[in-house]
Amino acid sequence: MSVDSATVRRIAHLARISVNDDEIAPLQNELNAILAFVEQLNEVDVANVEPMTSVTPMQLRQREDKVTDGHYPNKIVGNAPLTEDNYFLVPKVVE
Amino acid sequence: MTDLTQLTLAEARDAVAAKTISSTEITKAFVDAVEKARPLNAYVLETPEKALAMAKASDERIAKGQAGPLEGLPLGIKDLYATEGTRTTACSKIIGNFVPAYESTVTSQLWRDGAVMLGKLNNDEFAMGSSNETSAFGPVVSPWQRTGSNAKLVPGGSSGGSSAAVAANICLGATATDTGGSIRQPAAFTGTVGIKPTYGRCSRWGIVAFASSLDQAGPIAKTVRDNAILLRSMAGFDPKDSTSVDRPVPDYEKAVGASVKGMKIGIPKEYRVDGMSAEIEALWQKGADMLRAAGAEIVEVSLPHTKYALPAYYIVAPAEASSNLARYDGVRYGVRVPGKDIVSMYENTRAEGFGKEVRRRIMIGTYVLSAGYYDAYYVRAQKIRTLIRQDFEKVYAQGVNAILTPATPSAAFGIGEKGGADPVEMYLNDVFTVTVNMAGLPGIAVPGGLSTEGLPLGLQLIGRPFDEETLFSLGEVIEQAAGRIALPQRWWA
Repeated sequence: MSVDSATVRRIAHLARISVNDDEIAPLQNELNAILAFVEQLNEVDVANVEPMTSVTPMQLRQREDKVTDGHYPNKIVGNAPLTEDNYFLVPKVVE
Repeated sequence: MTDLTQLTLAEARDAVAAKTISSTEITKAFVDAVEKARPLNAYVLETPEKALAMAKASDERIAKGQAGPLEGLPLGIKDLYATEGTRTTACSKIIGNFVPAYESTVTSQLWRDGAVMLGKLNNDEFAMGSSNETSAFGPVVSPWQRTGSNAKLVPGGSSGGSSAAVAANICLGATATDTGGSIRQPAAFTGTVGIKPTYGRCSRWGIVAFASSLDQAGPIAKTVRDNAILLRSMAGFDPKDSTSVDRPVPDYEKAVGASVKGMKIGIPKEYRVDGMSAEIEALWQKGADMLRAAGAEIVEVSLPHTKYALPAYYIVAPAEASSNLARYDGVRYGVRVPGKDIVSMYENTRAEGFGKEVRRRIMIGTYVLSAGYYDAYYVRAQKIRTLIRQDFEKVYAQGVNAILTPATPSAAFGIGEKGGADPVEMYLNDVFTVTVNMAGLPGIAVPGGLSTEGLPLGLQLIGRPFDEETLFSLGEVIEQAAGRIALPQRWWA
């Protein structure tokens, strides 16, 4: 499979990365090189093979559903580009 | 006085414990060496005041008889590890000013055991690269040069700052991380030793995530013994990492020097790839001879799905990365680039903040996870991952204790030499190491000799799950037989 320029734009938008027009063609070539490389996986017979879902055979641990951490909002917002009263500020999303 | 920076971690530990030298003395020697080595660009942040304060506290603990196993020993920390109050960037512009309010579990265990932090080490941006050239701080220059040439070489990647710093004697040892080979390939390129432990052995908590089902922390250091010492402090159960494994941490150092007599070592025929250089082939043979001479039995084994590991990795790793890196959106941390609405703010922020390789991998990951392609790419790759793991399980079920392979397909290459037009050219560096991450196994890279151009070449040993001890025993045999590789000359100072 290979991608066309419209698909490159669509993926970029899905990934929330803006791309300039002059970046599309090189990106398309690079993505197609990678897709051509992974194409060989189609040679492998994967019928009746379970996909790996856990690297080490283990049950994910569960813990009691209770608050174990918190109460330091200053630290949480400490690295944010824009905050007010310990809230993250974002551009308006609802009209 | 002898140059304290030349000591191995074990030698320094013994000297500090015997009070022949103080932590302050050795830390000062390293602080000075770090400053002189700036042309290597191995450190992205030097923390000399912190180092000297930690050394002073160590000396006080030693005086009170409260020394820990790493007391007073200066280390470098890969900039992927969150360090409380000390800038942590993953070598990306998008979190270029991030100062964590927390400490990663692995580094907190190093400080618990008395280690001293010299600073933060360069790496490929978000650990995505095999040459340290994708770092927002620029490439690391290897302390190694080809015989008769001063061309600048890469130290490998993504832990290129770690490998270069250890090889250049500007830390006693370093933390690193390995997602597809990022500990073992840079160790091989710089004549140092690095181990990627079994998945789940070290906590991932507080380490900037790349591909969570593949990422593991581990050390790079001068010797096998130094690796064993560091891993004992780094490893261990952590309730904060859901994939951390709850089992005791052995005293790995006891395995160093243990007999390997009667061990069965597999040589996988599928690693004899097309176009393998005669030099690498000879190194591999030499490694097998060393182990045989120590009493191990060498057997040929088959890992039939080896060639599919790298392409499957380039689906799984970008898929996980695209998900992990979704958090960098200009809201909670890092840079923000404004836009006409919130979506364009996200898009502008991520276009500006991420480097080229990271953008490319996020896009590949987004594509293989997108509607209509998920089964064809991602699910198929995870099925192939099962087959890769089963290959190893079958070999180990035959009584094989460990597997010997070359660590890399070549010696270090020049800065700017690879991957310019075709990203896959760079990816091929990890062809021998990536299988180990796909199967979650431990792997160690140990220097095996020098290339005809005078550069280090590494051998890799792959172990059974949670059998790092066997790797330390076998690695020590190779290190003793091959002889420790010394750096030719300190051209940068």
